[in-house]
Amino acid sequence: MPMTTQTPSATALAKPTRAQHDDLVSAAASAPVLSVRGLSIDFHLRTHVLHAVRDVSFDLFSGQTLCLVGESGSGKSVTARALLRLIDPQAKVSGGSITLQGPDGELRLDTLAPNGREIRAVRGGRIGLIFQEPMSSLSPVHTIGSQIVEALLLHRKMTKAEAKAETVKLLRQVEIANPEQMADRYTFEFSGGMRQRAMIAMALACKPDILIADEPTTALDVTTQAEIMDLIARLQRETGMAMLMITHDLGLVAEVADSVAVMRWGRVVEQGPVDAIFHAPHHPYTRKLLSATLRLDTAAKRTAPATTGQPLLSVRGLCKGFGTTNWRGQQTFAIKAVDDVSLDLWPGENLGIVGESGSGKTTLGRMLLRIIEPSNGSILWQGNGQAAEVTKMQRPELAQYRSAVRLVFQDPFASLNPRMTVKQVIADPLIVAGALKGAALEARVGDLLELVGLERSAMERYPHAFSGGQRQRIGIARALALDPRVIIADEATSALDVSIRAQVLDLLLDLQKRLDLSFVFIAHDISVVRYFCDRVVVMHKGRIVETGPAEQICTRPAEPYTQSLISAVPNPDPRNRRMLHRTRFGA
Amino acid sequence: MWVYVVKRIFLMIPTLFGISLISFFIIQLPPGDYLTSLLASMSDSGQTIDPAEIARMRATYGLDDPMVVQYFKWISGIVLRGDFGYSFEWGRPVSDLIWDRMGSTLSISLAALVFVWAVSLPIGIYSAVHRHSVGDHVATFFGFLGLAIPNFILALTLMYVSYKYFGQSVGGLFSPEYIGADWTWGRVWDLFMHLWIPIVVIGTSGTAALIRILRANLTDELSKPYVVTARAKGLSEFNVVMRYPVRIALNPFVSAIGWVLPNLISGVTITAIVLNLPTAGPLLLRALVSQDMYLAGSFILLMGVLTLIGMLISDVLLALLDPRIRFT
Repeated sequence: MPMTTQTPSATALAKPTRAQHDDLVSAAASAPVLSVRGLSIDFHLRTHVLHAVRDVSFDLFSGQTLCLVGESGSGKSVTARALLRLIDPQAKVSGGSITLQGPDGELRLDTLAPNGREIRAVRGGRIGLIFQEPMSSLSPVHTIGSQIVEALLLHRKMTKAEAKAETVKLLRQVEIANPEQMADRYTFEFSGGMRQRAMIAMALACKPDILIADEPTTALDVTTQAEIMDLIARLQRETGMAMLMITHDLGLVAEVADSVAVMRWGRVVEQGPVDAIFHAPHHPYTRKLLSATLRLDTAAKRTAPATTGQPLLSVRGLCKGFGTTNWRGQQTFAIKAVDDVSLDLWPGENLGIVGESGSGKTTLGRMLLRIIEPSNGSILWQGNGQAAEVTKMQRPELAQYRSAVRLVFQDPFASLNPRMTVKQVIADPLIVAGALKGAALEARVGDLLELVGLERSAMERYPHAFSGGQRQRIGIARALALDPRVIIADEATSALDVSIRAQVLDLLLDLQKRLDLSFVFIAHDISVVRYFCDRVVVMHKGRIVETGPAEQICTRPAEPYTQSLISAVPNPDPRNRRMLHRTRFGA
Repeated sequence: MWVYVVKRIFLMIPTLFGISLISFFIIQLPPGDYLTSLLASMSDSGQTIDPAEIARMRATYGLDDPMVVQYFKWISGIVLRGDFGYSFEWGRPVSDLIWDRMGSTLSISLAALVFVWAVSLPIGIYSAVHRHSVGDHVATFFGFLGLAIPNFILALTLMYVSYKYFGQSVGGLFSPEYIGADWTWGRVWDLFMHLWIPIVVIGTSGTAALIRILRANLTDELSKPYVVTARAKGLSEFNVVMRYPVRIALNPFVSAIGWVLPNLISGVTITAIVLNLPTAGPLLLRALVSQDMYLAGSFILLMGVLTLIGMLISDVLLALLDPRIRFT
């Protein structure tokens, strides 16, 4: 395989920590820990057989990281799970071999009984697995500690007390504070990042030779992602295990990979050292993926509209507290989700709101529409020439305001009612507003579909017939139905693959030109914000930390918090890794 | 947690007060009282009673007092002296009649609940894990059959079978020779031989419902990521299923305690009449027909208490089983 032979220059450039584990690598360089040859997996569906994985081959070496990259549906997750024989019952391995090198010789994983003793000894014992969803991949009704103890008792000869002590040690190793107490806590008492740490502790409990990480940080925000990747890199250095990482984020690949395999439609289209993949890609698909990622970083900047006239929306001192009521029924604010936020949105402007999860950006977006009632502060709407206070609007006025300010949601799968046709979905706001009927309604829905780049004929179909990107287009068409002035896009592109993401962003920019829209763009992805927005508001713990032009915030942030946020963003260039030596913000 | 339980118990008091008030007034709603229905039935059979005698009885029982006064007399007797009043029809204090009946009702209910659990848990798990298999279809078929057959028909069938093929006396809880006898092993065996029919009859419908609920819940849970995590740890398939998804899918089983008790007491009256069981249902029905108001009122009140206790037990158990449910 080509990826095993790294050129000296690539090795030197690939990773700053290279020298530290060079000896580990050289010891194992001759023989891979795990080698996969010609792996093919078929899904036997009701109507046809789907070839999910076709003729995939790769090797994993001790102390090295192989990244499987591809868009959703490319078969990368199935491939990883097949290594542990954890695929769904309707999937069958139809060919190829999976060979695990062990102390007692080779073990052919593909020939073992599906749930037999041997494969169970490999699962968790020799190969650890981390998943994408830290929220749901730990049992909600068992304590974190008991779940790790269980793994220890399965694979290592330990008494319960020893396993408990080892669990505390493991939790400390993954940098969880107060591991003694936290071991007895339940999953729901952990934040997303802490759950992923606990998950790593569990996967590493039995000192596996190989760690499979299936999109381990996709559900986390950038700073947490950087911390988790730090942690994994450190543990990999310490234990010398091999890692197979699955991701769709090329930035992350550039930061952590030693070698890369690009997958598309079940096949590995290109495989090689990380430097070669990023700087001398051969396959057109790899080039397309790279350009979709890089384009956002290098694209020409928009000319920002004037911010001198009258703003469209003015927010002053907006607050929202969540909390409980005390015994007399008075509100006590335990958490201030949004704290004294003031901002302006001018006509034709794209205002980005960035921050980690829990920074209050979604709450802020919802308060602008009064889906969540603000506790305090004012929102001034000047879309109709005269100023109107949104927080004091009554029903008919509020309905009018809400037809001028629309929302586009993050999840294109959950935000469309699966039992309504596309026509019903898009026509819904028009019907609620009583604007159109019959043939005129149908014509309008058709126009809207064409506006967002879909066929008119799509209106008779149901949402499940569309891909994620197409669904998001439908969501945008729904938002456009009432000729809005402002669109609040809450993480509108974060659930989409890179190439689709760029298309949707371009669609939004194009619509802005044609329809004179303003966007409030809530996102955690800095490269998207930089591409799309004129000004950026950075939020942290409910407060605005910094406001400024997008380019300045992304390249020369003034505040320490913004600096740490920006430096945690993976850089899609393996020769310039910045995430692992980033600025840290201590608060 | 304990604070919560104490709070719940205190909250039961106003609820019980409401139940007693409503049940007493509903009993009073039909025109007339016990004496008018007694008079009617006596004149039907050609007997007559001296009007002065009736007026005297009315005065003793306080039947001419306003409803509020009657209610107050009844409820203060219960609260202060544990005196549930006097049954006109049986000519005995209500408390003499009621405890035996409540005891047998409770024990049959609990036995039926255990039966429901014991049958539906394994079948439900099997059905969910082997979905759309032959075994699942068979279990589903019998489950629906049990749900669809009216309880009293099943009771009659089982009585016939046990009389015809096992040569047993049917109906009631004991064979004639053991009624009123001392507790011996023979009596216990006799009780058991009689008890299985009502338990099976009462349990079948609940079983079918719980199997379906467990199957649906467990099917959802089986595809959750934490199940894959458990498998990736190297647990055997049996342990994976039993320790993780089943544990979470059990919630409806525990909630069942809350609704099974009142359902068993009031819902199985017809079955109890068919099987001649000494439970609360038939007695309550007769008390209501003959307007024996203190007896009926006391039954309804006690059932209210049982229901509330059942709800509390199921809520507390649920919190113990699922740490996500927290009481403050």
